[in-house]
Amino acid sequence: MKRPPKDIIASARTISRRALVMGGVQLGVIAALGWRLQSMQVEQADEFRLLAEENRINIRLLPPSRGLIFDRNGIAIAANEQNYRVVMVREDAGDVGEVLAKLTEIVNIDPSDLSRAMEEMQRRSPFVPVTIADRLSWEDVAQINLNTPALPGIQAEVGLSRVYPWGADLAHVVGYVGPVSDFDLSRIDDADPLLQIPKFQIGKTGAENKLERTLRGSAGTRRIEVNAAGRIMRELDRQEGDPGKDIQLTLDSRLQSYVQARLDGESAGAVVIDLENGDLRAIASAPAFDPNLFVRGISVPDWAALNEDKYRPLAAKAVQGTYPPGSTFKMVTVMAAMEAGLVTPDETVYCPGFTDVFNIRFHCWKRGGHGNIDLHESLKQSCDCYYYEIAQRVGIDKMAEMARKLGLGVRHDLPLSAVAEGLAPDKEWKARVRGEDWRIGDTVNASIGQGYVLTSPLQLAVMTARIATGRTVTPRLIRLIDGVEQPSGLGESLGINENTLRRIRASMEDVCNHRRGTAYGSRITDDAHKMAGKTGTSQVRRITPEERAAGVTKNEDLPWERRDHALFVGYAPYDNPRYAVSVVVEHGGGGSRAAAPIARDIILQAQYGGPPPLEAYPAGVRDKIAAQQRRIEERVPPGAKGRSRV
Amino acid sequence: MSYLEYNTKYVPTGLRKVLHLNWPIILLLIAVACAGFLMLYSVAGGSMTPWVEPQMERFALGMVLMIIVAMVPIWFWRNMAFVAYGGSILLLLGVEFFGEVRMGAQRWIDIGFMRLQPSELTKITLVMFLAAYYDWLPNKKTSHPLWVVLPVLFILAPTMLVLNQPDLGTALLLLIGGAAVMFLAGVHWAYFATVVGGGVAAIVAVFQSRGTPWQLLQDYQYRRIDTFLDPANDPLGAGYHITQAKIALGSGGWTGRGFMQGTQSRLNFLPEKHTDFIFTTLAEEFGFVGAFTLLVLYLLIVLFCIISALGNRDRFASLLTLGIAMTFFLFFAVNMAMVTGLAPVVGVPLPLVSYGGSAMLVLLVAFGLVQSAHIHRPR
Repeated sequence: MKRPPKDIIASARTISRRALVMGGVQLGVIAALGWRLQSMQVEQADEFRLLAEENRINIRLLPPSRGLIFDRNGIAIAANEQNYRVVMVREDAGDVGEVLAKLTEIVNIDPSDLSRAMEEMQRRSPFVPVTIADRLSWEDVAQINLNTPALPGIQAEVGLSRVYPWGADLAHVVGYVGPVSDFDLSRIDDADPLLQIPKFQIGKTGAENKLERTLRGSAGTRRIEVNAAGRIMRELDRQEGDPGKDIQLTLDSRLQSYVQARLDGESAGAVVIDLENGDLRAIASAPAFDPNLFVRGISVPDWAALNEDKYRPLAAKAVQGTYPPGSTFKMVTVMAAMEAGLVTPDETVYCPGFTDVFNIRFHCWKRGGHGNIDLHESLKQSCDCYYYEIAQRVGIDKMAEMARKLGLGVRHDLPLSAVAEGLAPDKEWKARVRGEDWRIGDTVNASIGQGYVLTSPLQLAVMTARIATGRTVTPRLIRLIDGVEQPSGLGESLGINENTLRRIRASMEDVCNHRRGTAYGSRITDDAHKMAGKTGTSQVRRITPEERAAGVTKNEDLPWERRDHALFVGYAPYDNPRYAVSVVVEHGGGGSRAAAPIARDIILQAQYGGPPPLEAYPAGVRDKIAAQQRRIEERVPPGAKGRSRV
Repeated sequence: MSYLEYNTKYVPTGLRKVLHLNWPIILLLIAVACAGFLMLYSVAGGSMTPWVEPQMERFALGMVLMIIVAMVPIWFWRNMAFVAYGGSILLLLGVEFFGEVRMGAQRWIDIGFMRLQPSELTKITLVMFLAAYYDWLPNKKTSHPLWVVLPVLFILAPTMLVLNQPDLGTALLLLIGGAAVMFLAGVHWAYFATVVGGGVAAIVAVFQSRGTPWQLLQDYQYRRIDTFLDPANDPLGAGYHITQAKIALGSGGWTGRGFMQGTQSRLNFLPEKHTDFIFTTLAEEFGFVGAFTLLVLYLLIVLFCIISALGNRDRFASLLTLGIAMTFFLFFAVNMAMVTGLAPVVGVPLPLVSYGGSAMLVLLVAFGLVQSAHIHRPR
C-alpha cells in the first residue's frame, strides 16, 4: 500500500498540529501542578509545618520528686524510697505466656496481677511497657536481672514511692499520700496538670495534705517524637520541673515516738509545746495506724479493722478530739475572777461537799467537803465548791473571754487535717446555737470544766503554755520551708496581771510537789526538772441522786466508754518553764492516777532529750519505771523501719 | 511499509547508532532515576536495602533493554505491534485466571525471575498497536465511523480487563493514553466532543438524579463515590492517608526539611511512602525547589519526545513517540495530582521514582522504542 507524498505531508501536518495541542494541554496541567505545589509549599507551608509538628511531637509530664518532711533534728519522717517494678514489652517477649511462666518461677507474682497484665498487654500496642508487678524487693530484682537472657521483654524499672520510716508514730501528724481520685479532683480547685497523671500521689491527710502545694513541686515537661503508631522515637528536649520543697517540722520524732509508746494501750492524746517559741515537740494520738498501708493501697480487712476499732485509731485525738476539760479548766475560772477583782487569793470559801444553786445541788468530788478553803488550796486539792462560788460572781462571759485568751475555744492554725475549735461557751453562744437562755447552773458546771466546755489536748497545752509564760504562745508545727525559718510562736504578753499568774503557778507547783497535791504521786524529784500542773477528771455520764446516796460507782466497775476522762496539764521546770504538756486519756479514770504519770514521763523525756535517770523519780516507783523504760526501748512501732531509737 | 519510500541510506547502522541516540532523554531519565534512588535511600532510613539496590539493578537492566530496543529498527517494532498487543491481552487474561492476589487486587503474574504486571506492559503495547493501526489506515479513512469504532474496541478490551482486576488507575491511563493516540492521528474533533460531552452529561445526570425517584445508582454507590471524591469525609480511613500526604508536602516549605529529615515519612505517617506516595517525601525533604525541579525534569522528557516526534516524518514513529510521551505524562501528572489532593487516590506510581519493577522496565523499554524511532527516523 503506497501512499502519495501529498498524503504523507498532510498526515504529518495533522500530527504536528495535534501534537502541539496536546503539548499545550500538558503544559497547562504541569502549570496547574506547579501552582498547586507553590500554594501548598510556599503559601500554606507554616500551616502544614504546624500540623506536621503536632503529628510528631507529644508532650509528656515529668512528675517532680515530692519534698521530704524532716523532724526538728533533720531526721526524715516522710521520705521517698526507690521502688522496683517489673514491666514487660510484648513485642520483645516473643511468647508472652512462656516468658511469664518463667518469670513466676523466679519471683512470686500474684495471679490476679498476672491476668490483669495479660489483659492490658492485649489491649495496648505491642511496644508499650506494661507493669506486671510492683514493689518488688531488691532480691527479686537481682534475680530478674540475673536471668535477663531467659526473660526477653522483661525489664526491672525503678520509681519513687513515699515511705514513712517512723510508721504509726507520726501517722496523725504527717498523714499519708495516695493516688489522686476522681473525688479529689472534684473537691479541689487545682489546674495542675500533674493531677491528671493516673495514679499520681497526693497528700490525703495530715501535713502531707495541708502542705500539698509546697511538697508537690511543679511538673517538668519532656517533648518526645512519636511515630504514626505512637512509639517514642527520641526525646527532643526536657525541661526539668521544680522538685517539691522540703519541710522541717518542729516535732522531735524521738520524743514523739516515746509519747506514742507511752500512750500504747490507751485511747489518748498528748501534746508537748516548747515554751521558747511555741514549737510543737510532740503531738501524739493513740492508738495510731501505719500510714505506709495507705500508700500501697490499704486492704479491705485492714481498713475494716481500723474503722471498727472502738479506740478510733484514725482519729487525731490530740488536735481533733474535744473533751470536757474538767478541773484543768479551774485556772480559767479563777483567773477570770482575779482579773475582774472579784476574788482575792486570801479569801476563803466554805466547802461543805456541795453547793446549792437555786435548789440544784452541785457536789464537790470530796464527799465530806474541804471546809474553809482559799485559792491555793482549792487548786492544789481541786476543790469544786470554791469554783462554784466564784464562777457565780464572775459570770460565764468573763470566763469565756479568759478561756479564749488562753487559747481554748479557738481554732489554732496548724497544717493538719482537722483542728478542732472546741468550745468556750458564753451567753451569746447558747442563745445562737441552742436558742435558750444561759442559766446559772450552766456557769456552775462550766466553772469546773464540765457542761458545755470542750477542749482539745492541743488547746489545753496552749493554755498551759500561756499560763507558764504569761505570753501568747501560738503553736507552731512548721519550722522551715525550703530552708526558710517560719515565724516563732512566742508572742506578746497576754496582759494578765503578773501577780495573778504567780499565784496560779505557785498553786500548780504544789499540785505536783506538795504532799496534799492531787498529782503528788507523779512528782519529779530532780530539783532542776520539777513539774507544775493540774489534774482533771471529767465526767461523761450523769450521776443520779440515788447513785450518789448509795456511793458513786468506781470507774473500774464501769464499762470503758462510761468511765471518766483523765486529764493532766503541766509544765516544767516549774521555776523556769521550758515545756508545757497536756495529756488526755479517754475514759482513763482519775486524772491524777491515769494522766499525770504519763505527763510526768513525757516531760522528763523532753527535758532530758532521752530517757531520764531513775533518780528523777520518787524512790518508790523506780523499779516500775525501769521496767517501763526497757519495754519502750524494745518496742517497734507498727510499720516502722527498725526500732524506734527513743 | 511506508518506510520503503524513504531513503534508508542515511539511517545509521551498527554501533554508529549509539551516536544518534536521543542523549538528552537518556540523561534526563538517569537524573530522574537518581532522584528516585535518593528518595528510596531516605525512606529506608538511610539504607541501600531493601529498596535502593533492587531498584538500581532494575534500572540498569532497564537501560540495557532500552539500548537493545533502540538498536532494533523501528519497522521491526511496527511489524511486531499486533503480536505485542495480542500478547498483552493474553497475559491480562492469564492474570484473570492464574494471577496472584496481592493487596486485594489481581495484577501479577509470576514468570520465574520476576513478577510481571501485564497491565503495565499493556500501556505501551496498546499505544504501539494504535500507532501501527493508524500508520496502516489510509489518511482519509481516519475519521470514518467504522474505522473509529475499531480502535475504540482495541482500547476498551484491555481497559475492561484491567478494570476487572481491579486497577482503576491503570484503566484510566489506558483509556486516556489510547484516546490521545486517536486524537493525535487526526480523528475528527466531533468524536471527542461527543464523548466528552456525553460523559459530562452522564455524570451530571447521575448526580442530579440523586435523591429523586428516578435515581440512577444505589445509595451505597453514591456514598462510595463521595468518599472517592472527597476523602476528607472519612478522615480515619481513606482520608487519613491523603491528609498525611498533604501535611508532608506542605510542611516542606521552600527548601524542605533536609535530606532524611522529613518527619512525616521517617515516622511512618505517610502511607506507601516508597511507592505511590514517594513524591510527598521528596517534597517534604527538598521542599518546593526539589519538587518543582522534578516536575521540570519530567516536563523536559515529554518536551524532548515531542520535539523528536515533530522532526519525524514517519507516521508510526511519531505517533508512537507522542503516545509514549503522553502515557509518561499521564503517569506523573496523575500521581502528582493524587498526592497533592487535586485528584482522588488511584494507584498510579511516580514513573522511574516509585519502587517497582514492572513499571520501570516497561517504561524504559518504551523509551527504547522512542530512541529507535529517533535513530531510524527518515532523513
